[in-house]
Amino acid sequence: MTDNITNILVVGIGGQGVMTATEILAEAAIALGHDVKKTEVAGMAQRGGVVSSHLRFGPKVLSPQIMAGTADLLVGFESAETLRWCHYLKPGSLVLMNTARLVPPVVDIGLYDYPDDPLAEIRARGFEVHAFDAMEIAMDLGDVRLGNTVMLGAMADHLPFPSEVLLESILKRFRARKPQMVELNRRAFEAGRSADAAAAHEKKSVLA
Amino acid sequence: MAAVLPVPSATRVLLSGNEAVARAVWESGVRVAAAYPGTPSTEMLEVIATYPDIYTEWSVNEKVSLEVAIGAAFAGSRSFCCMKHVGMNVASDALMTLTLTGVAGGLVIAIADDVGLSSSQNEQDSRYWGRFAHIPLFEPADSQEAYEMTKAAFDFSEKFQVPVILRMTTRINHVKGLVTVGERQAYPSSGFKKDPARWVMTPAGASKRIPMMFERDITLRAEAEISPWNLIDNGKDKRVGFVTSGPAYMHVRESFPDAPVLKLGFSCPVPLEKIRAFAATVELLVVAEEVEPLVELELKAAGINCLGKEILPRQGELAPNVLKPAIAKLLGEPVPEGITPAAKVFPRPPTMCVACPHLGVYYTLAQIKNLTISGDIGCYTLGAGHPWNALDTTISMGASMGIALGLDKGRGESDKDKRILAVIGDSTFLHMGMQGLLDIVYNGGNVTVLLLDNRAVGMTGGQSNPGTGRDIHGDEAPRVNFAQLVESLGVKKERIHVVDPYILPALFKTIRDEIKIPEVSVIITDQPCVLIDDYKKQKPYEVIDDKCTGCGNCVDVGCPAIHVTRREKVIKPSGKEVELQFVRIETSVCTGCTLCVQPCAPDAIVHADLTKPMRLVRH
Repeated sequence: MTDNITNILVVGIGGQGVMTATEILAEAAIALGHDVKKTEVAGMAQRGGVVSSHLRFGPKVLSPQIMAGTADLLVGFESAETLRWCHYLKPGSLVLMNTARLVPPVVDIGLYDYPDDPLAEIRARGFEVHAFDAMEIAMDLGDVRLGNTVMLGAMADHLPFPSEVLLESILKRFRARKPQMVELNRRAFEAGRSADAAAAHEKKSVLA
Repeated sequence: MAAVLPVPSATRVLLSGNEAVARAVWESGVRVAAAYPGTPSTEMLEVIATYPDIYTEWSVNEKVSLEVAIGAAFAGSRSFCCMKHVGMNVASDALMTLTLTGVAGGLVIAIADDVGLSSSQNEQDSRYWGRFAHIPLFEPADSQEAYEMTKAAFDFSEKFQVPVILRMTTRINHVKGLVTVGERQAYPSSGFKKDPARWVMTPAGASKRIPMMFERDITLRAEAEISPWNLIDNGKDKRVGFVTSGPAYMHVRESFPDAPVLKLGFSCPVPLEKIRAFAATVELLVVAEEVEPLVELELKAAGINCLGKEILPRQGELAPNVLKPAIAKLLGEPVPEGITPAAKVFPRPPTMCVACPHLGVYYTLAQIKNLTISGDIGCYTLGAGHPWNALDTTISMGASMGIALGLDKGRGESDKDKRILAVIGDSTFLHMGMQGLLDIVYNGGNVTVLLLDNRAVGMTGGQSNPGTGRDIHGDEAPRVNFAQLVESLGVKKERIHVVDPYILPALFKTIRDEIKIPEVSVIITDQPCVLIDDYKKQKPYEVIDDKCTGCGNCVDVGCPAIHVTRREKVIKPSGKEVELQFVRIETSVCTGCTLCVQPCAPDAIVHADLTKPMRLVRH
């Protein structure tokens, strides 16, 4: 945190729910009385392009943009996208990474290569990475769209506020719009939280 | 878009700049609001349409939307209109005379500049319109200000009987921040008052209004000098003071917390004397304005020493990563160290959607040789990209028509066998393409027009238009019959074809036949955008691995659900080396459009066996 401002960068591709996840995080921060600004660069996000959503909260937020080298937490919804944005992190900060790979047409038609091992590249830059396959977890719960709740669950233990506030922000949305999805989202949140804990543990064992 | 239905007063809510303006428009008692969709302005009207007691419409183009708002303001009602920056190019014909008549009811025009070009064909500075049209211009720096300034702009508009421009940028329109909102104040129409000397701009009438406009300039400048929107933050580090506006203000404050700053909220006319006095309190004055050096040049002309575009870029946003090094250099301080370089990762340009009906069109166009294709503005502009590389020109809304005619009439000897095509979407055609087609017909152009009717303004999120059969609220509305419309413009009946873009052989034959005929043809494709309710998903497909020969025909369709799993170089009997591309289909997102099935020679693409558990396959 700089000047008591927390900078969280959430990245992925259009259609993954990146902007919704950041909106939910923003609501949780507001519920705790923070000033909040949220911005994204997502011109044609609905078309599978890059989405990066910036969330800044604290006593008083001026610029809505997180500058490279100043993010406290990077949450990557896709493997290569996490790599693309990792230079936005403050040295040594934490990355929560969905290892799922979503390959764009420019790679399929052979114009570019998908990086071999984004996770290793990010770690080589000295960042702590908690990596897990959020899409797989969401599919196991029965709906790939639960991916963003899984990612929010993974953030639960890394925020400067209690996880219940975040969970409540998620469930509140579903209570209003899709009450039948409340329970499933609660499970997705817990699954993400466990995946993060397991990934953190795995990281420690690797180091040991 | 979040529908913001009436919230109790004095509530703080998280709103984007667009949502904040919408809320303020509704609270200001506005009775008429009109717009044509365009990033980053679209959500303003979308959100206004969710409020009660206000007439809203998607107009056919920005000029009409402004004219509707002008009419309502003449009728004594408060009215609002919004557009993206390029929209004002279209609407400006009305604006430039509106400044002479002024308004009765308050009229606010929000113009959203796409600084940084997130979704536009150019980057232009709408602050020029304030100067060009002699009308006041407000520039909010965040959502709260967007809300407050909109309300203030209506009062101001009425007080001085002048339309007001609210100049926003993407970094205001799409940023969410906390806004304290209030309640709607009803504002009944004062009624239309007949006054031909004011409302009918003949040369005689207008020549009397022009001196009044110049008088008003003096009044407005005096207002700017004392406006509470032009405020000074006293900073203790007097080495550099800033004059700034809009989002750049927040970036300046963030970057230089101790610097004195004069923030221009009411920025046209520029409060020269206020700035002159401020300049005297600092050692160096820097104008931090995004895009053009507008304020800077006005200050220099007034003899106020300042720096601007000598040290700051003329393109893109003035974010802290741009400001900090520039000012450090100016002060002779060490430039802040560069951050770790970004990793090299492939670009991820926007793509057409899975099963988009435009895929069939571009797949077909990529197969036909000897074409020059004039494109237009919409999702289908993506046809210029890989793998189709099908568009040769794109300029502005509806321009595909006139440019195609010019390509035809201006063709050189080397192009005499080229066929000229124009590709335009339904909404763009209605916006500004119809006149161009009429011109092609009238002047005997040899152009084949592909009118891609997907029943939506796709690029901005599927809004309605006169071709969709629905109004802004989704209620039934009269629907244009495109075949009849183009026939009325003079296209021969036998030269008009309505085709299904998912049936490739028929589409190919129609295009190939029509380009051979040396007169204007119109081929209308008729399938809905996959993002709107009209689109019905079909059973998904999968690839039988053993049958795939790697020919890559399906890859040429460009559907994002098709992925290459393996490449293999082989030498053909002819000695030519070819690369085979073996594929899979992401069945979980496939909607069964059949565009990849049709060119698959070995019949390797079949309906997916949905009884098997569906897994995402990884590379």
